[in-house]
Amino acid sequence: MTRIKQFIKAALFLEFIKAFMLAMKYFFAKKPTINYPFEKGPLSPRFRGEHALRRYANGEERCIACKLCEAICPAQAIIIEAEPRDDGSRRTTRYDIDMTKCIYCGLCQEACPVDAIVEGPNFEYATESREELYYDKERLLANGDRWESAIAMNLKKDAPYR
Amino acid sequence: MTDLRKVNIDGAELEVPGDYTLMQACEQAGAEIPRFCYHERLSVAGNCRMCLVEWVGAPKPQASCALQVKDLRPNRDGSPANILTSSETVKKAREGVMEFLLINHPLDCPICDQGGECDLQDQAMGYGRVGSRFDMNKRAVDDKYMGPLVATVMTRCIQCTRCVRFITEVAGVSEIGLASRGEDAEITTYLEKSLTSEMSGNIIDLCPVGALTSKPYAFNARPWELEPTESIDVMDAVGSNIRIDSRGGRVLRIVPVINDDINEEWISDKARFVWDGLGRQRLDRPYVRKDGQLTPASWDEALAVVADKLGGDPESIAAIAGDLACTESMKALNDLMDGLGVKNIDCRQDGAPLGEGPRQEYLMNTTIAGIEQADALLIVGSNVRHEAALVNARIRKTWIHSDLEIGMVGVPYDLTYVYDHLGETADALETLLKSTKGFARKLKSAKNPMILIGQGALTRKDGAQILRLCGKIADKFGMVREGWNGWNVLHTAAARVAGLDMGFVPCKGGRGLAGILAGAKDGSVKTIYNLGADEINEDLFGDAFVIYQGSHGDAGAHRADVILPGCAYTEKDALWVNTEGRVQMGFAAVPPKGDAKTDWKIIRALSELCGRTLPYDDIDALRKKLFTDHPTFSGLNHAPGAEGAADFAPAKLGAAGKPLKAPLKSAIGDFYFTNPVARASQVMAQCSTECAPIMEAAE
Repeated sequence: MTRIKQFIKAALFLEFIKAFMLAMKYFFAKKPTINYPFEKGPLSPRFRGEHALRRYANGEERCIACKLCEAICPAQAIIIEAEPRDDGSRRTTRYDIDMTKCIYCGLCQEACPVDAIVEGPNFEYATESREELYYDKERLLANGDRWESAIAMNLKKDAPYR
Repeated sequence: MTDLRKVNIDGAELEVPGDYTLMQACEQAGAEIPRFCYHERLSVAGNCRMCLVEWVGAPKPQASCALQVKDLRPNRDGSPANILTSSETVKKAREGVMEFLLINHPLDCPICDQGGECDLQDQAMGYGRVGSRFDMNKRAVDDKYMGPLVATVMTRCIQCTRCVRFITEVAGVSEIGLASRGEDAEITTYLEKSLTSEMSGNIIDLCPVGALTSKPYAFNARPWELEPTESIDVMDAVGSNIRIDSRGGRVLRIVPVINDDINEEWISDKARFVWDGLGRQRLDRPYVRKDGQLTPASWDEALAVVADKLGGDPESIAAIAGDLACTESMKALNDLMDGLGVKNIDCRQDGAPLGEGPRQEYLMNTTIAGIEQADALLIVGSNVRHEAALVNARIRKTWIHSDLEIGMVGVPYDLTYVYDHLGETADALETLLKSTKGFARKLKSAKNPMILIGQGALTRKDGAQILRLCGKIADKFGMVREGWNGWNVLHTAAARVAGLDMGFVPCKGGRGLAGILAGAKDGSVKTIYNLGADEINEDLFGDAFVIYQGSHGDAGAHRADVILPGCAYTEKDALWVNTEGRVQMGFAAVPPKGDAKTDWKIIRALSELCGRTLPYDDIDALRKKLFTDHPTFSGLNHAPGAEGAADFAPAKLGAAGKPLKAPLKSAIGDFYFTNPVARASQVMAQCSTECAPIMEAAE
């Protein structure tokens, strides 16, 4: 019986036609390939990309040097040093993230009590040397300034689910 | 202890002494009782209510810290009282207490230095509600100024009054109190002044929340990132047990470790806050003086210069060991000088006439814990409070809890307890020897009398005469007998007893400190090896060639012709012998600074260049030789106490003669500046300007 089935399929080119139809379907379908970097795919508001340190609207940095992100980081990529600032408030003097160690798990932003350290939507920060991936506080704050509107939007979108 | 009572805790019956508190009984039964205000070494306050337990049949939960087992009434059928420590009632009661505490305690844990080691944080995990039912504003309290050591955030205070009780009871200065009541209650320093206690830092440890934190350590680190190393403090000769917390090769704080024989649970402020001096003024590379200027040199160069100088006539060479020199380095230097045939060695940079007699002569034989057995105490020429803060705390503790009679000869200081002032000069000692009335009567009738002699009395020109006088007093009043040795010399230098134990004193025919300095002046002593002796005026070295080995650029290094950079006490494994003769082992918490090397290794390298190679290559071999040569060092953590007291005759110590008329003063001037590490510390300098003037005014 199976032999007869096979014979009919072969005689009528059924399998060939099926495969051809599939190819044609994808030939005329809308292409998923996008013209990166001129086009970009959609990102979830929870996307965990490059880190940034945020500021409050009045320009004051959010980070209070509680070191919870440093403590929770499973890759030990964060190093923080702190001391009292001139006005007596608790601030970091050093906030380094080794982006080559980071595993982008997002635990740092989960741990942060003031939403200071966040993983923003940026994923295009490839560098030509390793050293450029050792981020310091200045770089992270600059990231925050650059991406603030996008980050704030994402946090707002995600807020109902938290 | 014979009064044993039965009590039934969580269904298990056990027998405990009647004067146990319910909390102690529960702990003995293995139940954990949360608490904020209760502390083993302070009086019971019973005001936090966190330790509530259920006494079956009683209308309300009971505060277990304030209820004694003997006050529990048995059940109606005569069976022992039933106590429940984890029933629903107890949990609900504790949750209620916690909720009340959190009404006003701010939730600022992320910026609080206590975060991670906070009692309230920990206990809130067990007894905290998820949400708050309190929707009004929390109260705010003004921060109080408590000086350069203690930072305050009074809004966080939960009024446990541990700090008040410590400062009043243990430290003995009533400078903190609880003012007002109810919601207005706040802890305050009555006059917004610095605390003047030399033990004020302990309230930082006692505070169960972040209301009192360490100012110099502010925001520096979290407890989980620190690497702890248990070691020994060297700021005084008490040998307090400490824990050095470091991170990344830097000491970040020092806290006490419990040792009931020595420091109980406290340490002095100098021991606690001196760590910032470990990062300043450090000698981190060898120097050689060229054309009158100290210039950086390599180790080979510096050691070659030193070896060349040590190759000279042994008669013209001398070695002095300072107050912070570790046992190992002194042993190595002692052996090297032996090999070179040098007889002029001395570890007593203050010139005290100790070390010639038996070992008991220069020890605190009663031991620190032994003070609690004493019933009469004569202090001679010592400001115990500054020379050994924890010995003073022990004396105060004994004075509070027993009928200890205290007499004092010398300049009167504020020692936080009441004493009979017998006179300022040594004449008072002679009077006491002849008298039968007053304090002499008290000494005579005492069972366990003791005498405590400060270095201030011994480092004078007439030190030997005063020593003899004290010896006669000890003899007359029966202070030394089988089973009790009341003869106590209080040292101020951490290295002194070890030096005397190993015989780091002039060999027969050698010169002592005075002889060495006289020789330096007239040119007969040409080379002086200075192992961290910084308390000697630099002019006294004359034209001698001075080799300084030490950790800090202090007086000794300024005068030096060659500097060999060594380690501070936090950077080396070392043995320390405290004033009781107790040998304790300290451990390195951080690596040496820069090119500096472990002290005994420097001397070992030098010995090779001198052609007198020392027979040890590692610290174990060195210690083995030390234990063989001087067996007293091998008894770790053991204080001899009254051992051999029957054969010890104090009346023969020192030398006969008439003492001078000058008043007996303390050996140390400024409590905060007694050694090179402390002098390099900015915190100590702040304390000295803020607290010392007040202390002096009080005295």
